[in-house]
Amino acid sequence: MAAPSIKIKVPATASKGEIIEIKSTIAHDMESGQRKDKSGNAIPRQIINRFVCTYNGKEMFTSDWHPAISANPYLAFFLKVEEAGTVELSWQDDDGAVYKRSAEIKLA
Amino acid sequence: MKNATPLLSRRGLLIGAGIAAAAIAARPRLTQAAVTEADRLIETLTGGVTPQAGKVSIKLPQIAENGNTVPFTVSVDSPMTDKDFVKAVHVVAEGNPAPGVASFNFTPAAGKAEVAMRMRLAKTQNVRAIAVMSDGSVYQAEQEVKVTIGGCGG
Repeated sequence: MAAPSIKIKVPATASKGEIIEIKSTIAHDMESGQRKDKSGNAIPRQIINRFVCTYNGKEMFTSDWHPAISANPYLAFFLKVEEAGTVELSWQDDDGAVYKRSAEIKLA
Repeated sequence: MKNATPLLSRRGLLIGAGIAAAAIAARPRLTQAAVTEADRLIETLTGGVTPQAGKVSIKLPQIAENGNTVPFTVSVDSPMTDKDFVKAVHVVAEGNPAPGVASFNFTPAAGKAEVAMRMRLAKTQNVRAIAVMSDGSVYQAEQEVKVTIGGCGG
């Protein structure tokens, strides 16, 4: 699968101690493994099974996904900013691929 | 030929009634099986702790026209400090072929235990949110979603 298109929304600045919202979507079929093709063969499962958010290299929030997650997964969650740094989001595909995006947050 | 129409419609009616009866008969059994599977999953996720009501809330549409994308928001009432925070939130759909939807693992650095996503629902069913707190207590919230078109494909 070609590298999927990813959109993330992270505020560029935050004050110390502020709780910010991070929103993301990744283009992915999230093939559940339940569907069949036209000739009746099961389409093998291929989903993103794990999402990880790190801040300055430290794991802050992780999530495990099952086939019940919709195609093109959207995720919104929160993070408390104590210092300036880099937030990195990564998505792990069933096929072993890892897709990443990062953003800088400055202290206001 | 004149008699054909009433006969046909009577037969149609009988078949229809048969299907309806079968559907009614099959329904409780299916629901029961799914609930047990969901219960078993929740037991594994919580380590056998019985969930209490409160603290966690799940926001879902009451009617989902398209089961392929049903938005949900789970939030947990917690100060999110190093001593008292939400460790994990699990979302379980009782009526899906596989009840697990997603698990979210928080750290105190999240600041706020709230998460929004979109999920697939195969049919009308109860969706449960289970929150595991740092002290080991477990809270649960549930809501029924009526699904017009199921989201599992053919």
